Amino acid sequence: MAVQEQVVPLAKAKVRSARGVSERKENRVGLYIAVAVVVFIALAPFYWTVITSIKSAVELNASPPTIVPHTFEPGNYSSALTSVSPAFAKDLLNSTIIAICTTVLALIFGSLSAYAIARLKFRGKALTLAIVLSVNMFPLIALVGPLFVLFTNPAFRIYNTYIALIIPNLVVALPLTTWFLTSFFRDLPADLEEAARVDGASRLRTLWEVIVPLTAPGVFAAAILSFIASWNDFLFGLTLTANSDAQPVTVAIPLFNGEHQIAYGEIAAAAVIVTVPLVIMVLIFQRRIVSGLTAGAVKG
Amino acid sequence: MATQAAKVSTRKESLRERLDAGSGLLPYFLVAPTLLVILIIAVYPIIDAIRISFTDNPLIASPAFAGLSNYGKVLGDTIFRESIGNTLIYSAISVVLETFLGLLIALLINRTFPGRGLVRTAILIPWAFPTIVSAQIWLLMYNDQTGIITSILQGLHLLAPGDILTRTNAGILTAAIITDVWKTTPFMALLLLAGLQVIPADLYEAASVDGSTRWQQFWSITMPMLKNSLLIALLFRVLDALRAFDLFFLFGGRQVQSIASYAYNNMFQGTGPDFAPGAASAIVLFLICVIVSSIFVSLMGGIARQD
Repeated sequence: MAVQEQVVPLAKAKVRSARGVSERKENRVGLYIAVAVVVFIALAPFYWTVITSIKSAVELNASPPTIVPHTFEPGNYSSALTSVSPAFAKDLLNSTIIAICTTVLALIFGSLSAYAIARLKFRGKALTLAIVLSVNMFPLIALVGPLFVLFTNPAFRIYNTYIALIIPNLVVALPLTTWFLTSFFRDLPADLEEAARVDGASRLRTLWEVIVPLTAPGVFAAAILSFIASWNDFLFGLTLTANSDAQPVTVAIPLFNGEHQIAYGEIAAAAVIVTVPLVIMVLIFQRRIVSGLTAGAVKG
Repeated sequence: MATQAAKVSTRKESLRERLDAGSGLLPYFLVAPTLLVILIIAVYPIIDAIRISFTDNPLIASPAFAGLSNYGKVLGDTIFRESIGNTLIYSAISVVLETFLGLLIALLINRTFPGRGLVRTAILIPWAFPTIVSAQIWLLMYNDQTGIITSILQGLHLLAPGDILTRTNAGILTAAIITDVWKTTPFMALLLLAGLQVIPADLYEAASVDGSTRWQQFWSITMPMLKNSLLIALLFRVLDALRAFDLFFLFGGRQVQSIASYAYNNMFQGTGPDFAPGAASAIVLFLICVIVSSIFVSLMGGIARQD
């Protein structure tokens, strides 16, 4: 019986593979060309920025522009750092502190609410999820006016502090982590949690000791996503800070255009300085980011 | 007596059942911090923005009620109507391109081939860049002196010698779309890839045994199974595009504005009396987002009921 069942698909597979050999080879070539194009487009602008950042002033003005730099001018970096220095370095520090604080808060609040939404039954669950997700549709530009008025109020004195950016950044990071973690938690088999519950673990212990570790790739992906979302912020930084006391580095970037109209090398150097930490992060964690985005869902 | 006891015990049972089914108060404690944060930084500001949009000037001590005059003012402003047009064109074109390319890339990196990890790393890099930095990087390539894009477009005779892409309004919009597609397609691809990897492999095996082609499998298995991920990814992208600010801030300035950059220029770059009309324009954007979200939510609600 079992043997008979196997024979038929095998025969079919043979017929298909005879037809498929040349087809598959062509597909392979097409696949590599497509892959090469994708990688080229993804990386070319970054390559361009890096070579622009090390070209000398003379080579920068060459027309047509050179694809491989003939000169090496590290001075662009020192002048990028010093021309608005010490502010630019301070802005980098500001961005780092703000993004880390936002991420930690978003993960704590997000995993609690995601657990309730994914694993528990309660009245108003649909409403809760709807509220959390509907924040995603709020245009930040509609929020910054009232937040500006509120934060500059002498009673609060929050304007131009880290808190003025950490709290608003949660508007982006919190729905994101809640949504991601909800889908990861939901995909976990119920038996695992039930086994822990039978052993007498409380709901919260189950969350921290069973669910979060099992969905670690998902939690990690949520962390990276909210860190980048927070680092990415420009509008809050632009409107809720005044100077490098709290200003994120994204706000410093366009300032290079105004102050140094033709200092392309310096602009490129500043862009490289801001993005290199992110590129390194992606290079180190790419497997976990991608598997976080994919594996957590596959478990279900 | 015995019947009474039995009654009590059944009532106790049902109460416990209800608590078990409803998990007691715990869920409310768990969601409370999230809801509180959202109340402070999203619900309060949006209500206050609506209030401001009905006043004459919120920056003075005692603003007066101004009715709908701020809305009349911005809707009567040709620059604002242009900003709506810019935003809609930008959103439609960039989201369609990102979805199409994102799906292609997701299907590509869902296959096994040597160096697949490197490809995923490469496409993650644009995604990780802050939008304002992406804008700055592309501005370097669009500019007249050292810009490689300018050089290429002039070489292809798409631009006259000495001309640049960002000289015209349509060119600025094109530049913004190119930059956004470059930056955001990877995120779309990763969301769709996550959806693709949930599809059980046996579905494809069964279909292969039945002799269906890859193309048939794509439409009969991949697309229906991907519908939910696709709708969610689309919702995120459409809303992001409608609210675009950074690219228009850097590329467009006051020449080509999105609704968001129009609102910003009024609220933060104008004089006191411009603040309330700026808030009104932001509320118009909010209403557009509400309408678009409602459409998506009703589409997704239909899918949830099917499940």
